Amino acid sequence: MIEIKNLSKYFNDQKVLDDISLHVNAGEIFAIVGHSGAGKSTLLRCINGLERFSDGDLMVLNKEVKTLNERGLNELRSQIGMIFQNFSLLNQKNVYENIALPMRVWGYSTEAIQKRVDELLSLVGLEAKKFVYPKELSGGQKQRVAIARALTLNPKILLSDEATSALDPNTTQSILELLQEINIKLGVTIIIVTHEMDVVKKVASRALLLEDGKVIGLGRIEDLFLRPDETMMRFLGEDEELPTEGVNIRLFFPHTISYQPIVTQMARELDMNFTIVWGKLEKLNDHVVGSLVINMDEQTSGRITDYLHEKTEVIWEVL
Amino acid sequence: MEQTITSFFEKSFVMKSVLVDAVMETLTMSLVSTFLATFIGFMLAIVLIITDKNGISPNRYTYKFLDVTINMLRSFPFIILIIVLFPVTKFLVGKHTGTFAMIVPLTIGTAPFIARMIEGAFKEVDKSVVEAAQSFGTNKFQIIFRVLLPEAYPSIISAITLSLIIIVGFSAMAGTVGGGGLGAVAMNYGYYRFDALYIFWTVFILIVLVQIFQSLGDILYKIVKH
Repeated sequence: MIEIKNLSKYFNDQKVLDDISLHVNAGEIFAIVGHSGAGKSTLLRCINGLERFSDGDLMVLNKEVKTLNERGLNELRSQIGMIFQNFSLLNQKNVYENIALPMRVWGYSTEAIQKRVDELLSLVGLEAKKFVYPKELSGGQKQRVAIARALTLNPKILLSDEATSALDPNTTQSILELLQEINIKLGVTIIIVTHEMDVVKKVASRALLLEDGKVIGLGRIEDLFLRPDETMMRFLGEDEELPTEGVNIRLFFPHTISYQPIVTQMARELDMNFTIVWGKLEKLNDHVVGSLVINMDEQTSGRITDYLHEKTEVIWEVL
Repeated sequence: MEQTITSFFEKSFVMKSVLVDAVMETLTMSLVSTFLATFIGFMLAIVLIITDKNGISPNRYTYKFLDVTINMLRSFPFIILIIVLFPVTKFLVGKHTGTFAMIVPLTIGTAPFIARMIEGAFKEVDKSVVEAAQSFGTNKFQIIFRVLLPEAYPSIISAITLSLIIIVGFSAMAGTVGGGGLGAVAMNYGYYRFDALYIFWTVFILIVLVQIFQSLGDILYKIVKH
């Protein structure tokens, strides 16, 4: 669906995006994560041509973005919806006219527009606000209008640029649920740019981590959050305090087995003791997954790794 | 005594007809000039916004040329501009005095002002709204007429109101160098003949006119602003 190869962008000799390669699959929710100024919004804008890039390739829906002329770019953009942090609605137009605008621009008939706007209003739950002006809406409602507007032309891809960053936690949840619904029901591929880890954990299946324009992590979010490497830990601001004596083993419980009594069962069956020295549970994509670090002396560690290997589906590593 | 009263009434009768004529002339000058200046100013603003360095199709030379011309016209003291434009006025209207002749310098003098204010109104439109419109494939032409114009509309109404008021003031000034209207009355009857009553009434009428225009502008702004 989207294929980025060795993409770089310079801004006045400064490299704002540095050799980025990634692939977004059709139908997934992909997150681009980073602190402010990392270049994530710039990368997102390269996808629909709002930003130009200096080197590399970027294929979207089988089109090479950098070779498109203005007409071609506008046609590509009609297949890619986008929502923004500040909603970016026309304040002088009511909800109906805001949602209708993309279709007006593309010259659809009034009947087609009316039909589509009504469908979208019911999708985002704002039927009652059809003729209301944006200033009378709450932040969450404005974002719903913006989502409806982004879906007007039936796009295959939806780009979300910090769409929940200006919203309170409860509203953020409801907007994220709406995005999930759109992803599943309409099969729209969604790319989310955010600095909020909770957003990533809740909806994204895979994520790209950006720091100073460079990729510092790319993969499934279970791997990124539960088995973070050093850069990822620094990125998340996490810090583990592990004992220096004995052997530390990290156990990782995927969501399929996170409710099984594996640790206590292992202790009983092997009739041994070990210390739990670190651990966390995370809710990722509405599943609970966990990781645990246990500590034991070196002689017994072999029996434990054998047990883990033979009797359980736990993923583990010796630290 | 009887004679004094008769002459007083005669004088008021004359004054009334002089003032009514003058008001009509002032209104004609102001409204026609505002209409024309808005039209020209709007066109100029569109060219400015298109050729601006962050605009739709940047053109440094066109922008700079308009920019300098507009600043130049704006820096003329208006009364001097009227005199400088005498040949142009004569060419366009056939004479350089009178109510209709004054429409020429009033239009040329205020169109740059309106152009700047409409340009400002366009620039005030949130950049992210323009970006959002681009994100669903809106072309450059449509950005101006479907996004910038509707969003800037209330500010443009304010700009036109302000211009109308400035033009009323300018038209009074034009009266001193051969234009008609309230300015000419204040000059000819009030200043040259030392008749304070004429000065009083012209000033009073101008204040009322400006108040009316401002209030109408405010009401219109409230109606269109969402």
